[in-house]
Amino acid sequence: MKRFFRRLLGYEKADSAVTAPLSEQQIQAILSNKGLEMELPQLISACGQSIGKQRDTNEDCLFAFTATIGGPRGNVPFGLYIVADGMGGHQDGEIASNAAIRVFAGNVVRKFTSYLFGLPPQMIDESLQEIMLGAMNEAHYTIQRQVPGSGTTLTAALVLGQQMTIAHVGDSRAYLLYPDGRLDLLTRDHSLVKRLEELGQLTAAEAAMSPHRNVLIRALGQGDSVEPDVFTLPFPPGGIILLCSDGLWGVVTENDMQRVILETPVLARACYNLVSAANTAGGPDNISVILAQIVG
Amino acid sequence: MEVSTLDTQHITHSFESDDAGGGKQQLQPGTTLVNRYLIQDVVGIGGMGSVYRARDLHFPSVVKLVAVKEMINMAPDPLVRKTIVQNFEREANLLATLTHPSIPRIYDYFSNDDRSYLVLEFVNGKDLEAIINETDGFLPEEQVLGWAVELCDVLYFLHTHKPDPIIFRDMKPSNVMINQHGHVVLVDFGIAKPFQSGQKGTMIGTEGYSPPEQYRGEATHLADIYALGATLHHALTRRDPRLEPPFSFAERPIRKINPAVSAEMELVVNTALQYNPTDRFPDAAAMKDALLNVARKTGSLSRLSIPSVVQVSGIKPLWTFKCEDEIRGAPIVHNGVLYTGCYDNNLYALNAADGQFIWKYAADGGIVSRPVIADEIIYFGSEDRALHAVNIRSGKVVWTYFTEGRVRSSPRIAEGHVLIGSDDHHLHAVNTITGRPVWKFEAVDAVRSTPFVYQDLIYVGCESGDFYCLDFRGEMKWRYKAKRAVTSSPWVAENAVYFNSLDATLYALDARNGWIIWRFRMGKGSIVSPCVAEGMVFTGSADGHIYAVETRTAREVWRFHCEHQVNGSPVIYKDALYCGSVDGNLYCLEYRTGRLRWQFATGGPITGTPLVFDDIVYIGSTDHQIYALLA
Repeated sequence: MKRFFRRLLGYEKADSAVTAPLSEQQIQAILSNKGLEMELPQLISACGQSIGKQRDTNEDCLFAFTATIGGPRGNVPFGLYIVADGMGGHQDGEIASNAAIRVFAGNVVRKFTSYLFGLPPQMIDESLQEIMLGAMNEAHYTIQRQVPGSGTTLTAALVLGQQMTIAHVGDSRAYLLYPDGRLDLLTRDHSLVKRLEELGQLTAAEAAMSPHRNVLIRALGQGDSVEPDVFTLPFPPGGIILLCSDGLWGVVTENDMQRVILETPVLARACYNLVSAANTAGGPDNISVILAQIVG
Repeated sequence: MEVSTLDTQHITHSFESDDAGGGKQQLQPGTTLVNRYLIQDVVGIGGMGSVYRARDLHFPSVVKLVAVKEMINMAPDPLVRKTIVQNFEREANLLATLTHPSIPRIYDYFSNDDRSYLVLEFVNGKDLEAIINETDGFLPEEQVLGWAVELCDVLYFLHTHKPDPIIFRDMKPSNVMINQHGHVVLVDFGIAKPFQSGQKGTMIGTEGYSPPEQYRGEATHLADIYALGATLHHALTRRDPRLEPPFSFAERPIRKINPAVSAEMELVVNTALQYNPTDRFPDAAAMKDALLNVARKTGSLSRLSIPSVVQVSGIKPLWTFKCEDEIRGAPIVHNGVLYTGCYDNNLYALNAADGQFIWKYAADGGIVSRPVIADEIIYFGSEDRALHAVNIRSGKVVWTYFTEGRVRSSPRIAEGHVLIGSDDHHLHAVNTITGRPVWKFEAVDAVRSTPFVYQDLIYVGCESGDFYCLDFRGEMKWRYKAKRAVTSSPWVAENAVYFNSLDATLYALDARNGWIIWRFRMGKGSIVSPCVAEGMVFTGSADGHIYAVETRTAREVWRFHCEHQVNGSPVIYKDALYCGSVDGNLYCLEYRTGRLRWQFATGGPITGTPLVFDDIVYIGSTDHQIYALLA
């Protein structure tokens, strides 16, 4: 089948068809697009959590939901993964992170209900990014109403087919481990030190040592409105997405995270090992980890 | 004054009865402090306590009003508490020595265990923040400029204080009072304003006015200059920096928000707001000089034009060629020969180097699309309803395939097949060698969009607003319905398909299943075919703009304003974007910034797409001419 298409489309001889006015640059960009698997990919996931070694309460909250959606466009993997880290300087940090996840997940899953649960299809007239943005706003207003003065980080990944849409506020993180072993930080911490680092006012090393490294410049529930980062990128087959709170990335280096995941083919065990690594490093904060992977 | 001699009887009771959480409680009107200051009202709330308006009872026959500023000492450690009180008193003593019309006089101070008080001149007026908020529209530049000059004066006075300079550290609109005479008075000298840190959730970023280096603990006089710049930015734009990401003033150019502000004034504020302290004014006196220069210039001189490297005229085409009618489509170049269709029904073959005529082939209708070449045959559609296949050497017909409608779509070749849309509501797949149909896909309405082939799938739009994804047997994989026609030709990159619609939206759909990833709204409908490079999608719209939008976030990176609609499509070549407009110009922009590099005026609207090949741009115009220009 694949060979048929390849012959039909003539990848090897694509340059024999002059499709200008595309410039050479543009043509190269198209040709460099890697092929996608035709088989239905499967999404699998695992998560891990620990209160850490130095805290009495768990202000983190996570949500992991893996399914498929049906419909005229075929069966497509669906995943919603969320990590929220309530702000410790405020009262009720855990109430805020729990409320945020409830409201956010509820708003997203509700949109897909008919596709997720085989009910008569209901058209979705919003883009994936609009859905994520809307859920973020709802969570923000809920915290303002129910837990005023409190706040939380929230990093969510919506996987649909081979795309993932990330919505992010605060300093929890999303990473993508590419099939070639490269680990990319997808999110940008909304923290003071990160902002200073971006402006060249601090080096990465200074940032890591800064007494202000826990200071957030954006958080859910804080400020009049929330301005999350929302973006979409391909989820390559074999790639692994990692969501975590600063309880992990604050004490375990990216190299170590990468090594742990690569060395541990079973996602659930990798989650366990990541949490253990953070606790071995002192476990100063609550730890939350989610891993999800597109296989086959 | 000795702290121990203070009479705090009136208030100690309330301290003792308060629990830890209630220690921040405000004084009630009617409370008297040290038997002298009768609290009338709360006039402000600071980080460490409240500010009250009070009456000084030592002047029983007149009403003398004072401001009483309270600092509540919340430190649990006795040693820290003591240090805070000492610092407070030291600063109070220092301030008491300052005499300047823009600094309130200090009359008195006193402390007890929990609270310290500073008694100052009561300024009858409003703070600048309230003025900004209560003004409809923008404050006049002249007024802001006048206050800015006075603020420079008082900052310079503080910064040159002997023996030690005084850094104000907290310049912001709410700390600038405008008194009843319209002059500025600096209030809140940041006594005991410890920097909160450590715990997550201290929203330092919302401070908004402080420079980057202040967060490292480096507060020099240049920090005050930055904060003054931030204050002026806020006053001129009404955009509160505490509601914006920190240090993001450069993302909110003043004149973009408030075009009434002069370029000179904007420059002064921008200089004060430089990230790097050494790039700011060296001192407040220099900033004052710059402000006075602005006053001089805006008072008498018209606005300076912005220095420009843009070349708007004087570009000479390498060659031109004139056809019999409008050129609405796009050319291609192959082996040194340029081919272009024309509304005069002809397909022309010209020497790409000098524009010399080689041959032409006459169809029976206008040609409004872009031809494509494969294996020495050129394929193009025409309004004569046919798809023509012509030998590129001889200019002789190889075969002709008839649809049942005008052909405005450009052909796309995928080995062995020509894919082309027609106004007969079909997308046709035709054998390249024989000209025989392989299959046709029935759409709801005319197909004028050019199909895009991405690996095993075909993407094409339709005048009904439907957008289709087909496999190579012509069977539909998925479909999306836009609100109006999709004439635009799609582009696929990184699993996402991008296209415009006349519903004024640029769409990004998941190329595999058609889920909407994002939508980007433009001012008007668009028939432009977007293209993608370096994580940006470039497009245009009938609203007269060329847009660059981030593929991942749908965020607008830049937009370029043309004088008329943009109906032709942009192309990227090296570091530049080329795009024509109905205003008759071909624009060359830096594609990363949208900055205009040059423009070239043709004699009529441009609706086609330029071709850039070997550093030469070829563009057809409705003035009947095709132009070759150096890229």
